[in-house]
Amino acid sequence: MSKAATIAMQKPSSSMKMLRAMLVIGIISALLIVLAFELTLPRVQRLKAEALEKAIFTVLPGTVRTQAFGINADGALIEIENDDTPELTCYAGYDKNEKLVGYAVEAAGQGYADIIRILYGYDPNAQVLIGFQVLESKETPGLGDKIEKEQRFLDNFIALDVSLGDDGKIRNKVITVKQGEKQHPWEIDGITGATITSRAIGNIIGTSTTEVVPMLFENYKKADSTPNQKTLENNE
Amino acid sequence: MSKENSGSGQKAVTTDEFIKGLWRDNPVFVQVLGMCPVLAVSNTAENALAMGLATAFVLLMSNILVSLLRNFVPKQVRIASYILIIATFVTVTDYAIQAISVELYKSLGAFISLIVVNCLILSRAEAFASKNTLWKSILDALGMGVGFTFALFCLGAVREILGNGSIFNLPIFPEGFQNWIVMILPAGGFFTLAAWLLIINVIQTRKVKT
Repeated sequence: MSKAATIAMQKPSSSMKMLRAMLVIGIISALLIVLAFELTLPRVQRLKAEALEKAIFTVLPGTVRTQAFGINADGALIEIENDDTPELTCYAGYDKNEKLVGYAVEAAGQGYADIIRILYGYDPNAQVLIGFQVLESKETPGLGDKIEKEQRFLDNFIALDVSLGDDGKIRNKVITVKQGEKQHPWEIDGITGATITSRAIGNIIGTSTTEVVPMLFENYKKADSTPNQKTLENNE
Repeated sequence: MSKENSGSGQKAVTTDEFIKGLWRDNPVFVQVLGMCPVLAVSNTAENALAMGLATAFVLLMSNILVSLLRNFVPKQVRIASYILIIATFVTVTDYAIQAISVELYKSLGAFISLIVVNCLILSRAEAFASKNTLWKSILDALGMGVGFTFALFCLGAVREILGNGSIFNLPIFPEGFQNWIVMILPAGGFFTLAAWLLIINVIQTRKVKT
Protein backbone atom coordinates (compact mmCIF):
# COMPACT_ATOMS: atom_id res chain seq x y z
CA MET A 1 0.00 0.00 0.00
CA SER A 2 2.51 2.56 1.23
CA LYS A 3 5.04 1.39 -1.34
CA ALA A 4 2.58 1.95 -4.14
CA ALA A 5 1.81 5.37 -2.72
CA THR A 6 5.47 6.37 -2.73
CA ILE A 7 5.89 5.20 -6.32
CA ALA A 8 2.93 7.32 -7.34
CA MET A 9 4.31 10.29 -5.43
CA GLN A 10 7.75 10.00 -6.96
CA LYS A 11 6.62 9.62 -10.54
CA PRO A 12 3.59 11.72 -11.31
CA SER A 13 3.85 10.90 -15.01
CA SER A 14 4.03 7.13 -14.54
CA SER A 15 0.28 6.64 -14.49
CA MET A 16 0.14 8.30 -17.90
CA LYS A 17 2.77 5.83 -19.06
CA MET A 18 0.77 2.92 -17.73
CA LEU A 19 -2.37 4.16 -19.37
CA ARG A 20 -0.55 4.65 -22.65
CA ALA A 21 0.98 1.17 -22.55
CA MET A 22 -2.33 -0.53 -21.83
CA LEU A 23 -4.08 1.52 -24.48
CA VAL A 24 -1.53 0.66 -27.17
CA ILE A 25 -1.59 -3.04 -26.29
CA GLY A 26 -5.38 -2.95 -26.20
CA ILE A 27 -5.51 -1.43 -29.66
CA ILE A 28 -3.02 -3.96 -31.05
CA SER A 29 -5.07 -6.79 -29.50
CA ALA A 30 -8.33 -5.48 -30.87
CA LEU A 31 -6.87 -5.13 -34.35
CA LEU A 32 -5.40 -8.63 -34.28
CA ILE A 33 -8.65 -10.21 -33.13
CA VAL A 34 -10.79 -8.34 -35.66
CA LEU A 35 -8.32 -9.24 -38.40
CA ALA A 36 -8.33 -12.92 -37.45
CA PHE A 37 -12.13 -12.94 -37.23
CA GLU A 38 -12.63 -11.24 -40.59
CA LEU A 39 -10.05 -13.41 -42.33
CA THR A 40 -11.44 -16.69 -41.05
CA LEU A 41 -15.17 -15.86 -41.16
CA PRO A 42 -15.93 -16.83 -44.79
CA ARG A 43 -14.04 -20.09 -44.46
CA VAL A 44 -15.56 -20.94 -41.09
CA GLN A 45 -19.07 -20.34 -42.46
CA ARG A 46 -18.35 -22.43 -45.54
CA LEU A 47 -16.95 -25.27 -43.43
CA LYS A 48 -19.97 -25.13 -41.12
CA ALA A 49 -22.40 -25.23 -44.05
CA GLU A 50 -20.46 -28.10 -45.58
CA ALA A 51 -20.48 -29.97 -42.28
CA LEU A 52 -24.25 -29.52 -41.99
CA GLU A 53 -24.79 -30.69 -45.58
CA LYS A 54 -22.60 -33.73 -44.93
CA ALA A 55 -24.45 -34.43 -41.69
CA ILE A 56 -27.80 -34.41 -43.52
CA PHE A 57 -26.52 -36.98 -46.01
CA THR A 58 -25.29 -39.12 -43.10
CA VAL A 59 -28.50 -39.08 -41.05
CA LEU A 60 -30.68 -39.69 -44.12
CA PRO A 61 -28.91 -42.52 -45.97
CA GLY A 62 -29.54 -42.54 -49.70
CA THR A 63 -30.25 -38.83 -49.98
CA VAL A 64 -29.01 -37.02 -53.07
CA ARG A 65 -30.90 -33.72 -52.76
CA THR A 66 -31.89 -31.71 -49.73
CA GLN A 67 -34.42 -28.96 -49.22
CA ALA A 68 -34.60 -26.72 -46.17
CA PHE A 69 -37.99 -26.06 -44.60
CA GLY A 70 -39.09 -23.83 -41.78
CA ILE A 71 -41.83 -24.99 -39.46
CA ASN A 72 -44.33 -22.27 -38.66
CA ALA A 73 -46.52 -21.87 -35.60
CA ASP A 74 -49.32 -24.02 -37.03
CA GLY A 75 -46.94 -26.88 -37.61
CA ALA A 76 -46.94 -26.54 -41.38
CA LEU A 77 -43.80 -26.73 -43.46
CA ILE A 78 -42.87 -23.59 -45.35
CA GLU A 79 -40.15 -23.20 -47.90
CA ILE A 80 -37.40 -20.92 -46.78
CA GLU A 81 -36.86 -17.75 -48.79
CA ASN A 82 -33.26 -16.65 -49.20
CA ASP A 83 -32.20 -15.39 -45.80
CA ASP A 84 -35.16 -16.27 -43.60
CA THR A 85 -34.22 -17.89 -40.32
CA PRO A 86 -37.33 -19.49 -38.86
CA GLU A 87 -37.33 -20.72 -35.30
CA LEU A 88 -37.31 -24.33 -36.30
CA THR A 89 -35.57 -25.61 -39.38
CA CYS A 90 -35.70 -29.08 -40.82
CA TYR A 91 -34.29 -30.51 -43.99
CA ALA A 92 -36.11 -32.87 -46.29
CA GLY A 93 -33.92 -35.37 -48.07
CA TYR A 94 -34.86 -36.93 -51.43
CA ASP A 95 -33.28 -39.94 -53.09
CA LYS A 96 -32.36 -40.23 -56.75
CA ASN A 97 -35.97 -41.00 -57.72
CA GLU A 98 -37.08 -37.77 -55.99
CA LYS A 99 -38.74 -39.87 -53.34
CA LEU A 100 -38.69 -38.56 -49.78
CA VAL A 101 -36.11 -40.38 -47.65
CA GLY A 102 -36.97 -38.51 -44.50
CA TYR A 103 -36.53 -35.31 -42.56
CA ALA A 104 -33.35 -34.18 -40.81
CA VAL A 105 -34.05 -32.13 -37.70
CA GLU A 106 -31.68 -30.04 -35.66
CA ALA A 107 -31.96 -30.17 -31.87
CA ALA A 108 -29.93 -28.91 -28.94
CA GLY A 109 -29.74 -29.31 -25.20
CA GLN A 110 -27.50 -29.16 -22.18
CA GLY A 111 -24.79 -31.78 -22.08
CA TYR A 112 -22.08 -32.33 -19.49
CA ALA A 113 -19.84 -29.43 -20.50
CA ASP A 114 -21.93 -27.18 -22.70
CA ILE A 115 -24.86 -27.17 -25.09
CA ILE A 116 -24.77 -30.13 -27.46
CA ARG A 117 -26.18 -29.56 -30.96
CA ILE A 118 -27.26 -32.62 -32.87
CA LEU A 119 -29.01 -33.59 -36.09
CA TYR A 120 -31.24 -36.64 -36.38
CA GLY A 121 -32.96 -38.23 -39.34
CA TYR A 122 -36.65 -39.16 -39.18
CA ASP A 123 -38.28 -41.57 -41.57
CA PRO A 124 -42.04 -40.82 -41.49
CA ASN A 125 -42.85 -43.93 -43.51
CA ALA A 126 -41.42 -46.40 -40.99
CA GLN A 127 -41.91 -43.94 -38.09
CA VAL A 128 -38.38 -44.43 -36.82
CA LEU A 129 -35.22 -42.39 -36.47
CA ILE A 130 -32.71 -43.58 -39.01
CA GLY A 131 -29.65 -41.48 -38.28
CA PHE A 132 -27.89 -39.34 -35.74
CA GLN A 133 -24.94 -37.00 -35.83
CA VAL A 134 -23.40 -34.53 -33.40
CA LEU A 135 -23.01 -31.08 -34.93
CA GLU A 136 -21.36 -29.33 -32.03
CA SER A 137 -20.27 -30.51 -28.62
CA LYS A 138 -17.68 -29.65 -26.04
CA GLU A 139 -17.93 -32.94 -24.19
CA THR A 140 -14.82 -34.35 -22.53
CA PRO A 141 -12.50 -35.76 -25.17
CA GLY A 142 -12.05 -39.48 -24.65
CA LEU A 143 -15.26 -39.88 -22.63
CA GLY A 144 -18.22 -37.74 -23.61
CA ASP A 145 -17.18 -37.56 -27.23
CA LYS A 146 -17.82 -41.29 -27.51
CA ILE A 147 -21.36 -40.29 -28.51
CA GLU A 148 -19.92 -39.33 -31.89
CA LYS A 149 -17.34 -42.09 -32.26
CA GLU A 150 -18.53 -45.29 -30.65
CA GLN A 151 -20.22 -47.50 -33.21
CA ARG A 152 -22.17 -49.40 -30.56
CA PHE A 153 -23.82 -46.14 -29.47
CA LEU A 154 -24.45 -44.93 -33.02
CA ASP A 155 -26.11 -48.28 -33.83
CA ASN A 156 -28.95 -47.14 -31.53
CA PHE A 157 -30.09 -44.86 -34.29
CA ILE A 158 -30.50 -47.34 -37.13
CA ALA A 159 -34.18 -47.75 -36.25
CA LEU A 160 -35.14 -45.95 -33.05
CA ASP A 161 -38.87 -46.18 -32.51
CA VAL A 162 -40.76 -42.86 -32.44
CA SER A 163 -44.12 -44.16 -33.68
CA LEU A 164 -47.24 -42.09 -32.99
CA GLY A 165 -50.24 -43.30 -31.05
CA ASP A 166 -53.86 -42.80 -32.10
CA ASP A 167 -53.95 -39.44 -30.32
CA GLY A 168 -51.24 -38.10 -32.63
CA LYS A 169 -48.64 -38.06 -29.90
CA ILE A 170 -45.51 -40.12 -29.55
CA ARG A 171 -46.34 -43.43 -27.99
CA ASN A 172 -43.08 -43.90 -26.10
CA LYS A 173 -40.71 -41.03 -25.46
CA VAL A 174 -37.12 -41.79 -26.37
CA ILE A 175 -34.98 -42.38 -23.29
CA THR A 176 -31.42 -43.45 -22.51
CA VAL A 177 -30.91 -46.56 -20.39
CA LYS A 178 -27.77 -48.02 -18.79
CA GLN A 179 -25.32 -49.73 -21.10
CA GLY A 180 -26.50 -53.22 -21.94
CA GLU A 181 -30.01 -52.76 -20.56
CA LYS A 182 -31.81 -51.79 -23.75
CA GLN A 183 -35.01 -53.79 -24.02
CA HIS A 184 -37.41 -51.71 -26.09
CA PRO A 185 -36.99 -50.23 -29.56
CA TRP A 186 -37.40 -46.67 -28.22
CA GLU A 187 -34.57 -46.97 -25.70
CA ILE A 188 -31.04 -45.74 -26.31
CA ASP A 189 -28.27 -48.00 -25.03
CA GLY A 190 -26.08 -45.65 -22.94
CA ILE A 191 -22.32 -45.48 -22.48
CA THR A 192 -20.55 -46.43 -19.25
CA GLY A 193 -18.18 -43.59 -18.37
CA ALA A 194 -20.25 -41.05 -20.28
CA THR A 195 -23.50 -41.41 -18.39
CA ILE A 196 -24.44 -37.73 -18.32
CA THR A 197 -23.63 -37.14 -21.98
CA SER A 198 -25.47 -40.20 -23.26
CA ARG A 199 -28.45 -39.35 -21.06
CA ALA A 200 -28.39 -35.81 -22.43
CA ILE A 201 -28.66 -37.20 -25.95
CA GLY A 202 -31.71 -39.20 -24.87
CA ASN A 203 -33.26 -36.06 -23.38
CA ILE A 204 -32.53 -33.89 -26.40
CA ILE A 205 -33.99 -36.42 -28.82
CA GLY A 206 -36.90 -37.22 -26.51
CA THR A 207 -37.90 -33.58 -26.12
CA SER A 208 -37.38 -32.66 -29.73
CA THR A 209 -39.19 -35.67 -31.18
CA THR A 210 -42.27 -35.22 -28.98
CA GLU A 211 -42.56 -31.72 -30.41
CA VAL A 212 -41.46 -32.07 -34.01
CA VAL A 213 -42.28 -35.62 -35.09
CA PRO A 214 -46.10 -35.24 -34.88
CA MET A 215 -45.90 -32.11 -37.06
CA LEU A 216 -43.64 -33.77 -39.60
CA PHE A 217 -45.82 -36.86 -39.75
CA GLU A 218 -48.92 -34.71 -40.28
CA ASN A 219 -47.22 -32.97 -43.18
CA TYR A 220 -46.02 -36.26 -44.60
CA LYS A 221 -49.53 -37.72 -44.56
CA LYS A 222 -50.93 -34.63 -46.26
CA ALA A 223 -48.26 -34.71 -48.94
CA ASP A 224 -48.80 -38.43 -49.42
CA SER A 225 -52.58 -38.25 -49.83
CA THR A 226 -52.39 -35.53 -52.47
CA PRO A 227 -51.57 -37.40 -55.67
CA ASN A 228 -47.99 -36.79 -56.57
CA GLN A 229 -47.02 -37.47 -60.15
CA LYS A 230 -43.48 -38.42 -59.32
CA THR A 231 -44.32 -40.84 -56.52
CA LEU A 232 -46.91 -42.53 -58.66
CA GLU A 233 -44.40 -43.09 -61.39
CA ASN A 234 -42.03 -44.71 -58.95
CA ASN A 235 -44.66 -47.06 -57.66
CA GLU A 236 -45.47 -48.46 -61.05
CA MET B 1 11.93 -21.19 -12.01
CA SER B 2 14.01 -18.12 -12.67
CA LYS B 3 17.42 -19.61 -12.14
CA GLU B 4 18.09 -19.87 -15.87
CA ASN B 5 17.36 -16.24 -16.49
CA SER B 6 20.60 -14.85 -15.18
CA GLY B 7 21.75 -14.72 -18.79
CA SER B 8 19.91 -11.51 -19.54
CA GLY B 9 23.21 -9.65 -19.59
CA GLN B 10 24.73 -11.94 -22.19
CA LYS B 11 24.35 -10.77 -25.73
CA ALA B 12 25.17 -14.01 -27.55
CA VAL B 13 22.26 -16.05 -28.84
CA THR B 14 23.03 -19.72 -28.28
CA THR B 15 21.28 -22.94 -29.14
CA ASP B 16 21.12 -23.55 -25.39
CA GLU B 17 18.08 -21.24 -25.25
CA PHE B 18 16.33 -23.78 -27.45
CA ILE B 19 17.68 -26.99 -25.99
CA LYS B 20 17.06 -26.17 -22.32
CA GLY B 21 13.29 -26.35 -22.82
CA LEU B 22 13.48 -29.83 -24.28
CA TRP B 23 15.10 -31.59 -21.36
CA ARG B 24 16.99 -29.72 -18.62
CA ASP B 25 14.19 -27.24 -17.93
CA ASN B 26 11.33 -29.15 -19.50
CA PRO B 27 8.19 -27.15 -18.64
CA VAL B 28 6.19 -30.18 -17.55
CA PHE B 29 8.70 -32.70 -16.19
CA VAL B 30 11.10 -30.27 -14.51
CA GLN B 31 9.34 -26.94 -13.95
CA VAL B 32 5.93 -28.63 -13.44
CA LEU B 33 4.12 -25.71 -15.07
CA GLY B 34 0.79 -25.59 -16.85
CA MET B 35 -0.64 -28.63 -15.11
CA CYS B 36 -4.25 -27.86 -16.06
CA PRO B 37 -3.98 -28.81 -19.76
CA VAL B 38 -1.36 -31.45 -18.99
CA LEU B 39 -3.80 -33.36 -16.82
CA ALA B 40 -6.97 -32.51 -18.71
CA VAL B 41 -6.12 -32.93 -22.38
CA SER B 42 -3.60 -35.76 -22.26
CA ASN B 43 -6.13 -38.59 -22.44
CA THR B 44 -5.38 -39.45 -26.05
CA ALA B 45 -2.19 -39.01 -28.05
CA GLU B 46 -3.98 -37.02 -30.74
CA ASN B 47 -5.53 -34.50 -28.32
CA ALA B 48 -2.24 -34.13 -26.47
CA LEU B 49 -0.34 -33.38 -29.68
CA ALA B 50 -2.89 -30.84 -30.93
CA MET B 51 -3.06 -29.11 -27.55
CA GLY B 52 0.74 -29.00 -27.33
CA LEU B 53 1.05 -27.41 -30.77
CA ALA B 54 -1.67 -24.83 -30.06
CA THR B 55 0.02 -23.89 -26.78
CA ALA B 56 3.42 -23.69 -28.49
CA PHE B 57 2.00 -21.30 -31.09
CA VAL B 58 0.48 -19.00 -28.46
CA LEU B 59 3.72 -19.16 -26.47
CA LEU B 60 5.78 -18.19 -29.51
CA MET B 61 3.55 -15.28 -30.52
CA SER B 62 3.20 -13.90 -26.99
CA ASN B 63 6.95 -14.18 -26.39
CA ILE B 64 7.60 -12.23 -29.60
CA LEU B 65 5.22 -9.42 -28.71
CA VAL B 66 6.26 -9.25 -25.04
CA SER B 67 9.90 -9.12 -26.05
CA LEU B 68 9.27 -6.36 -28.60
CA LEU B 69 7.33 -4.28 -26.09
CA ARG B 70 9.60 -5.00 -23.11
CA ASN B 71 10.98 -1.45 -22.84
CA PHE B 72 7.61 0.16 -23.44
CA VAL B 73 5.47 -1.51 -20.76
CA PRO B 74 5.85 -0.03 -17.23
CA LYS B 75 6.56 -2.54 -14.50
CA GLN B 76 3.30 -1.93 -12.64
CA VAL B 77 1.03 -3.03 -15.48
CA ARG B 78 3.19 -5.77 -16.97
CA ILE B 79 1.11 -8.73 -15.78
CA ALA B 80 -2.11 -7.12 -17.03
CA SER B 81 -0.56 -6.41 -20.41
CA TYR B 82 0.87 -9.95 -20.71
CA ILE B 83 -2.52 -11.43 -20.01
CA LEU B 84 -4.08 -9.16 -22.63
CA ILE B 85 -1.47 -10.25 -25.18
CA ILE B 86 -1.87 -13.95 -24.35
CA ALA B 87 -5.67 -13.74 -24.48
CA THR B 88 -5.45 -12.08 -27.88
CA PHE B 89 -3.37 -14.85 -29.39
CA VAL B 90 -5.54 -17.53 -27.83
CA THR B 91 -8.57 -15.95 -29.53
CA VAL B 92 -6.68 -15.79 -32.82
CA THR B 93 -5.72 -19.47 -32.44
CA ASP B 94 -9.33 -20.32 -31.71
CA TYR B 95 -10.48 -18.72 -34.98
CA ALA B 96 -7.59 -20.26 -36.90
CA ILE B 97 -8.42 -23.77 -35.70
CA GLN B 98 -12.09 -23.25 -36.59
CA ALA B 99 -10.99 -22.28 -40.09
CA ILE B 100 -8.56 -25.17 -40.46
CA SER B 101 -10.91 -28.01 -39.65
CA VAL B 102 -14.29 -28.50 -38.03
CA GLU B 103 -13.20 -31.93 -36.83
CA LEU B 104 -10.15 -30.60 -35.00
CA TYR B 105 -12.15 -27.77 -33.50
CA LYS B 106 -14.74 -30.25 -32.29
CA SER B 107 -12.20 -32.33 -30.40
CA LEU B 108 -10.28 -29.38 -28.91
CA GLY B 109 -12.98 -26.73 -28.61
CA ALA B 110 -13.33 -26.68 -24.85
CA PHE B 111 -9.63 -26.57 -24.13
CA ILE B 112 -8.42 -23.91 -26.54
CA SER B 113 -9.75 -21.07 -24.42
CA LEU B 114 -8.05 -22.60 -21.38
CA ILE B 115 -4.64 -21.83 -22.88
CA VAL B 116 -5.15 -18.30 -21.49
CA VAL B 117 -4.67 -19.58 -17.96
CA ASN B 118 -1.74 -21.83 -18.78
CA CYS B 119 0.89 -20.47 -16.41
CA LEU B 120 3.68 -21.76 -18.62
CA ILE B 121 2.99 -18.97 -21.10
CA LEU B 122 2.70 -16.26 -18.47
CA SER B 123 5.84 -17.49 -16.74
CA ARG B 124 7.88 -17.41 -19.96
CA ALA B 125 6.63 -13.90 -20.67
CA GLU B 126 7.46 -12.69 -17.17
CA ALA B 127 10.66 -14.63 -16.54
CA PHE B 128 12.24 -14.60 -19.97
CA ALA B 129 10.72 -12.60 -22.81
CA SER B 130 10.38 -9.40 -20.79
CA LYS B 131 14.13 -9.42 -20.08
CA ASN B 132 15.63 -10.78 -23.28
CA THR B 133 16.10 -9.86 -26.92
CA LEU B 134 13.67 -10.91 -29.64
CA TRP B 135 15.79 -13.75 -31.03
CA LYS B 136 16.51 -15.23 -27.64
CA SER B 137 12.80 -15.09 -26.78
CA ILE B 138 11.85 -16.82 -30.01
CA LEU B 139 14.34 -19.63 -29.36
CA ASP B 140 13.14 -19.91 -25.78
CA ALA B 141 9.50 -20.13 -26.88
CA LEU B 142 10.31 -22.73 -29.53
CA GLY B 143 12.27 -24.85 -27.06
CA MET B 144 9.65 -24.63 -24.33
CA GLY B 145 6.84 -25.20 -26.85
CA VAL B 146 8.45 -28.34 -28.25
CA GLY B 147 9.30 -29.53 -24.75
CA PHE B 148 5.70 -29.00 -23.63
CA THR B 149 4.30 -30.79 -26.68
CA PHE B 150 6.74 -33.67 -26.16
CA ALA B 151 5.77 -34.03 -22.49
CA LEU B 152 2.06 -33.88 -23.30
CA PHE B 153 2.53 -36.52 -25.96
CA CYS B 154 4.39 -38.79 -23.49
CA LEU B 155 1.42 -38.62 -21.13
CA GLY B 156 -1.21 -38.88 -23.86
CA ALA B 157 0.40 -41.92 -25.48
CA VAL B 158 0.63 -43.87 -22.22
CA ARG B 159 -2.93 -42.99 -21.21
CA GLU B 160 -4.39 -43.89 -24.59
CA ILE B 161 -2.48 -47.17 -24.85
CA LEU B 162 -3.55 -48.35 -21.39
CA GLY B 163 -6.96 -46.74 -21.21
CA ASN B 164 -8.21 -47.32 -24.74
CA GLY B 165 -5.87 -50.04 -26.04
CA SER B 166 -4.93 -47.91 -29.02
CA ILE B 167 -2.54 -45.25 -30.24
CA PHE B 168 -3.79 -42.47 -32.57
CA ASN B 169 -7.08 -44.44 -32.65
CA LEU B 170 -5.33 -47.52 -34.05
CA PRO B 171 -5.94 -50.56 -31.85
CA ILE B 172 -2.68 -52.22 -30.78
CA PHE B 173 -3.77 -54.90 -28.36
CA PRO B 174 -5.37 -58.23 -29.33
CA GLU B 175 -9.05 -58.84 -28.63
CA GLY B 176 -9.79 -59.41 -24.97
CA PHE B 177 -7.52 -56.70 -23.62
CA GLN B 178 -9.30 -55.13 -20.69
CA ASN B 179 -9.00 -51.33 -20.99
CA TRP B 180 -7.95 -49.52 -17.86
CA ILE B 181 -10.78 -47.01 -17.92
CA VAL B 182 -9.20 -45.16 -14.99
CA MET B 183 -6.32 -44.04 -17.22
CA ILE B 184 -8.71 -42.04 -19.41
CA LEU B 185 -10.41 -40.53 -16.37
CA PRO B 186 -8.79 -37.55 -14.59
CA ALA B 187 -7.20 -39.81 -11.96
CA GLY B 188 -5.22 -41.51 -14.71
CA GLY B 189 -3.60 -38.19 -15.55
CA PHE B 190 -2.20 -37.94 -12.04
CA PHE B 191 -0.94 -41.54 -12.09
CA THR B 192 0.77 -41.13 -15.43
CA LEU B 193 2.29 -37.77 -14.55
CA ALA B 194 3.61 -39.18 -11.27
CA ALA B 195 5.12 -42.17 -13.07
CA TRP B 196 6.86 -39.95 -15.64
CA LEU B 197 8.16 -37.58 -12.96
CA LEU B 198 9.53 -40.58 -11.06
CA ILE B 199 11.33 -41.93 -14.12
CA ILE B 200 12.78 -38.55 -15.08
CA ASN B 201 13.89 -37.80 -11.55
CA VAL B 202 15.64 -41.18 -11.28
CA ILE B 203 17.47 -40.52 -14.55
CA GLN B 204 18.50 -37.03 -13.51
CA THR B 205 19.70 -38.08 -10.04
CA ARG B 206 21.80 -40.86 -11.56
CA LYS B 207 23.35 -38.35 -13.94
CA VAL B 208 24.36 -36.11 -11.04
CA LYS B 209 25.91 -39.03 -9.12
CA THR B 210 28.09 -40.25 -11.96
